[in-house]
Amino acid sequence: MYGNDFAATGDAGVPASDVAATSAGRTLLEQVEDAERELRSASERSVVGDDRLQDYFDAVINADQKIEPRDWMPDPYRLGLIRQIAQHAHSEIIGMQPEGNWISRAPSLKRKAILLAKVQDEAGHGLYLYAAAETLGVSRSDLVDQLLTGRQKYSSIFNYPTLTWADVGTIGWLVDGAAIVNQVPLCRCSYGPYARAMIRICKEESFHQRQGFEILHTLAHGTPAQRAMAQDAVNRWWYPSLAMFGPPDTASTHSEQSMTWKIKRFSNDELRQRFVDMCVQQATVLGLSLPDPDLRWNAERDHYDFTQPDFHELMRVISGDGPCNRQRLEHRRRAHEEGAWVREAAAAYAAKRAAREPAGV
Amino acid sequence: MTSVDYVLGLGDDALVAAQRLAQWCARAPELEEDVALANIALDQLGAARLLLTYAGELEGAGRDEDALAYLRGDREYRNCLLVELPEPDFAVTMAKLLFLSAYQKLRYEWLAAAGDERLSAVADKARKESAYHLDHASLWTVRLGDGTPESHRRMQDAVDRLWPYTHELFEGDHAALRPQWLSLVTAVLDEATLTRPADGGWAPGGGRQGLHTEHLSYLLAELQVLHRAHPGARW
Amino acid sequence: MRPRRGLAHTHVGSLHAPDAELALRNARDLYTRRQEGVSIWVVPAASIVASSPDEKDAFFDPAADKVYRHPTFYEVPEGAGHI
Repeated sequence: MYGNDFAATGDAGVPASDVAATSAGRTLLEQVEDAERELRSASERSVVGDDRLQDYFDAVINADQKIEPRDWMPDPYRLGLIRQIAQHAHSEIIGMQPEGNWISRAPSLKRKAILLAKVQDEAGHGLYLYAAAETLGVSRSDLVDQLLTGRQKYSSIFNYPTLTWADVGTIGWLVDGAAIVNQVPLCRCSYGPYARAMIRICKEESFHQRQGFEILHTLAHGTPAQRAMAQDAVNRWWYPSLAMFGPPDTASTHSEQSMTWKIKRFSNDELRQRFVDMCVQQATVLGLSLPDPDLRWNAERDHYDFTQPDFHELMRVISGDGPCNRQRLEHRRRAHEEGAWVREAAAAYAAKRAAREPAGV
Repeated sequence: MTSVDYVLGLGDDALVAAQRLAQWCARAPELEEDVALANIALDQLGAARLLLTYAGELEGAGRDEDALAYLRGDREYRNCLLVELPEPDFAVTMAKLLFLSAYQKLRYEWLAAAGDERLSAVADKARKESAYHLDHASLWTVRLGDGTPESHRRMQDAVDRLWPYTHELFEGDHAALRPQWLSLVTAVLDEATLTRPADGGWAPGGGRQGLHTEHLSYLLAELQVLHRAHPGARW
Repeated sequence: MRPRRGLAHTHVGSLHAPDAELALRNARDLYTRRQEGVSIWVVPAASIVASSPDEKDAFFDPAADKVYRHPTFYEVPEGAGHI
């Protein structure tokens, strides 16, 4: 899962077409399937462009076709994608920690199995994304190094602690929910390997949000203590989830190019609004309240009005002063360092075997 | 008639193994290994659930898988000591998995052909999973044993430390399985350039009777803390 | 990956592994968590020889004008069956 909340200079928005209109009446999973169909049909369109590389690249983008690894691409396109895909991959990997924190204490064996499968999926998604980034000419070890040395970020949401079991449900409902709203448009991203990885990830993640919702629904309809646990978790995670969409569009810096290249398709504020509109109805079904006294329907706008998250807090967390930034990175570094002897052993064994076996066998 | 304790022994082995393996999630030496160990933990957990459910039915006291997993103390657990031992490094985890999966594979194969229909259905599924776990543990045992001097030392140390606990696996009725188990395990240790520890000497046991190491109580405290804090709650 | 019996293998993704045996296992663990396949091949990336985008025109354009290779090029007289 992933947000748009890692860079102090946000990818925010130029005005784009109305999100709700584009996706009218389609569930998120249907939108993923639409993107997959579109990827297939775009591949059947021919691209008319002359032989100059830049023109051909532009023509492919304009035809809504996909750029593939060995195609020529402008350096900023390549570098921007590497950064975005890497940060997305890091988010999947660091994101294993807050939920992984509850695997050993999950309150039933069924919940333990579901949570373990979910956290395992995050590792898998990190791997798909590192592989997509590698098609752009970087190595995974370089990217991991950039994460461990703090030069590349991950989604800031994972710098908040999971204090109770209800946090696991709330992460599924709100954090995965926000991630899906962010990720679904990426299934149509112009870079083929990234778009294909996102389609696979979004399909696999479709169970993640539902399991979170189910946990919360059960808690909200359980004992008074369970219900209080659920409401407390929603209160703590609501605004950080809204912050996952990144800074407001007015603080936008470098996203116009990202839009033109069809990497990003909707602005931060559009996606945030869409998320709020979805959550209000779902909160009603849960019987839990969202901690915003100013949340109300605005018939003129055809959207809910809501209180913006504290963007100063987001900036503090991004810059390293969230509750768990140090803990998350230390954990990752320790796992990496403690595993070094194992990786060295596997490499040494492979080398010995290659030396023993004649080439070509 | 299959005894409740017999099925609990199988189920508790799987549950405690799953709990230990899941501790690797987000801290394995490679991301690929995070995924692999989680798969194995999920297999063990799945088998544990089926077995505990069946044990509850045999007992006939209305206890389901969760009542058995979350509301028994360590003195009522019937797992072998091997699975509850802490896993301070990856070599210990692989040695445990090698010994355990070779044993589980043989036991499940035997049970799949034995008379209890419910148990043989579970065993028929689980034996394929155990075969994969054995394959995974074997590949890593060989790589660590025949890798670098450090990995060889760690792997040999893990094998030496865990070896005494393998005798408990073959107490009573299962003594006949040990020769087959030895041949599975010895082949892997040989390929890994590791020395098989000598038999004889210290052979700790008692797990099947509920006499465990000090480690199990801590493991269960963590596993059960939330469930026990909310008596009667649904999750 | 062969998704089901009777279908051809298709590319599903990349992975890292120190050697071939582990590569196969990693592929199984990473790409078949939801019963996506019944058979897996792994190939070291270095062993793949690929056509280059620069050669695209020379490689693939010459086939464009050979419409007579497609059955739709031919007119079938009214009434002719089984053709």
